[in-house]
Amino acid sequence: MYFLVQLINGLQIGSIYALIALGYTMVYGIIKLINFAHGDIMMVGAYLALLLLNNGIPIIPAMLISMAGCAIFGIIIERLAYKPLRKSSRLSALITAIGVSLLLQNAAMLVFGSAARTFPDLTKGMPSFQLGSNSVNILTVISIVLAIVVMIALQLFVTRSKAGTAMRAVSEDTDAAELMGINVNTTISMTFAIGSGLAAFAAILFCMAYPQVTPYMGAMPGIKAFIAAVLGGIGVIPGAMIGGFILGVIEALTKAYIPSGYSALSDAVVFAILIIVLLVKPSGLLGRPQREKV
Amino acid sequence: MLLSVDSINVYYGRIHAVRDISFEVAKGEVVTLIGANGAGKTTILQTISGILQPKSGTIKYEGVEIQNKPAYKILQSGLAQVPEGRRIFTNLTVRENLEMGAYTRHDKEGITEDLKKSFSRFPRLEERRNQHAGTLSGGEQQMLAIARALMSKPKLLLLDEPSMGLSPLLVQEIFRIIRDVNEDGTTVLLVEQNAQLALSVADRGYVLETGKVIMSGGAKTLLVDERIKAAYLGGEA
Repeated sequence: MYFLVQLINGLQIGSIYALIALGYTMVYGIIKLINFAHGDIMMVGAYLALLLLNNGIPIIPAMLISMAGCAIFGIIIERLAYKPLRKSSRLSALITAIGVSLLLQNAAMLVFGSAARTFPDLTKGMPSFQLGSNSVNILTVISIVLAIVVMIALQLFVTRSKAGTAMRAVSEDTDAAELMGINVNTTISMTFAIGSGLAAFAAILFCMAYPQVTPYMGAMPGIKAFIAAVLGGIGVIPGAMIGGFILGVIEALTKAYIPSGYSALSDAVVFAILIIVLLVKPSGLLGRPQREKV
Repeated sequence: MLLSVDSINVYYGRIHAVRDISFEVAKGEVVTLIGANGAGKTTILQTISGILQPKSGTIKYEGVEIQNKPAYKILQSGLAQVPEGRRIFTNLTVRENLEMGAYTRHDKEGITEDLKKSFSRFPRLEERRNQHAGTLSGGEQQMLAIARALMSKPKLLLLDEPSMGLSPLLVQEIFRIIRDVNEDGTTVLLVEQNAQLALSVADRGYVLETGKVIMSGGAKTLLVDERIKAAYLGGEA
């Protein structure tokens, strides 16, 4: 039973990693940029949701508004910071992404202060059930299911819709896509919007599990989601989902089964996974080896 | 004139790839630009399609200047390109590639109709319509690239080196298709290294060398021109 509870914990944190990893992987797929500011978009989403909830707005509309807000915010960041660098070296864009990350963290500190704010306990009043000696809140299960539903919807959008197909076309060959009459700028904006919206959704799920909002809260989940994206194969959408869940479960199980006092080791395990993936299969679980374009 | 290119200059960074080039394509014609590697042929097509911008000069399509328009708008005005090296989307299925060709169209029934048309023109593509385009052979990929461009119902089709890397038999097939497309009413601007082949389907030709037009005229005249024979036709024509 203890194992089952830990597995549920792992799936919960894993679904959060997966949602954030999707943003990394989609943006990488389309403009070959590791958007290191992505974790901080999640932080912005958390503050947005917190402000809305504190002003008496119910959770569902608060979540939707926060997602829409982050989507717009993501588009603006891309237009201002990354678009001017689209023809520059990838290193310039990467350094800019780190700059945007620092900017967002410090701006949040300026606006909201550095002290942690408490996120309202959404599980209050929700039923929970017993698994052995542990109780699991129904909201935990709902959030996992919801995350999976969102991911399936995204996968259907990308593989079945015209806009999603155009997105895959742009990610494979930008110039050829433009020759088809696809507006590449719009497609890139759409990618940032979806990725950032998913990050805001992840932020709320994250705050359900760890109800604290700080300017730096996006850093660690951001890095871990990046590892999840690399694990699954960066640029591959189902890879990000699978990578996120695997990483979450591994993290939860290490935390559960190593002696207390050493729980920080679970982070070490996660980073070790990154190193092993890069050594053994850099293209990730679902990634295909990169062919160089001639 | 359907297309008039008037003294355009195009640079790749500091390299002056296209120098003061002018030429015209009339409705219904097949016009070819021939010349060796590095003559600037691909650069010209990329500039017409809006992937590259000229530093100076104008490109008029149906009388309207298009040289500063983005590529996706140029396609919408009825000008499609089959790029060099085919550039099909290898991770998309054959059918999805064709649907991307029709990206700017919204007439669902018309698209379905034209899908059928491309499948009857290229039966091999129909057999493979649900396969990833990356699994196709070179000749099939070239056919897909042409079919994809035609899905936008262009008035002017730009073709960049359609014979590249194909067996002589397939090259014949591709050129038969080009003639066919032209007979259906689509104007064609063809860029080729294989000058003899290109001139055999074209009405008129322009000969390029290091970014400049050095000769132009009717295709039949160029085919028998001694200088062209010596330089591009290997003297065997």
